[in-house]
Amino acid sequence: MWIYQKKLQYPVRVSQCNPRLAKYLIEQYGGADGELAAALRYLNQRYTIPDRIIGLLTDIGTEEFGHLEMIATMVYKLTKDATLEQLRDAGLGEHAADHGPALFYHNAAGVPFTATYIQAKGDPITDLYEDIAAEEKARATYQWLIDMSDDPDLNDALRFLREREVIHSQRFREAVEILKQEQQQKHFF
Amino acid sequence: MFTQQKRYYPYVSPYDPCAPIRQKFYQTPPELYLGFQPPGLPQYSAREALARGTLWPALYSPYGKSSREAQR
Repeated sequence: MWIYQKKLQYPVRVSQCNPRLAKYLIEQYGGADGELAAALRYLNQRYTIPDRIIGLLTDIGTEEFGHLEMIATMVYKLTKDATLEQLRDAGLGEHAADHGPALFYHNAAGVPFTATYIQAKGDPITDLYEDIAAEEKARATYQWLIDMSDDPDLNDALRFLREREVIHSQRFREAVEILKQEQQQKHFF
Repeated sequence: MFTQQKRYYPYVSPYDPCAPIRQKFYQTPPELYLGFQPPGLPQYSAREALARGTLWPALYSPYGKSSREAQR
């Protein structure tokens, strides 16, 4: 089970009303390399990974939900007082026609989230390599988002999220090293 | 002794409905360990390399029932 803390992992400040940025940020909400895909991937893989890795997947998968909440906050702040005209001009007319003011799990192009974004192969090395790749893809996505954003407050939070991807990738690489170790093997002579 | 197959002993609950499997195995194939392949590694004969799918014993990764059961 989980315990909820009613605060964000890192403060989210938005300095400009910019619904177009929300359209881009939604990539990290319901996109293939977004935080939802990451959380679901890790929390699902942990059942069939060696015991020593389960805690890592639980911790990182949980943190990804914290990141999802930060992205949601950014998107909400960027759009909450925008007029329908502003949303339409920002390319969010199609979104508003379907979802009104609500957030939804789709990518920047409006493609809805699908479980095919994640994998669970049941082979520990394979699953961890997918996780490492996912972290690097998320890091790259954050870089494109920071490049496209001219909001310094928003970029501060995006830089924090990018750094967390770096750390998660490192921890998954360490998990691979743990699995590579020769341990508790019977010795035959 | 180096092996391409590692074992672990998963937690077993007294309430598990199925008969527990107390040790489980996973594969750690040789490409995880080699890094950038150094030149001049020993080679199989051409005929054996064709059959095995690699020219180098250092990259040969046996897999199958017999290789799994050899370690149980």
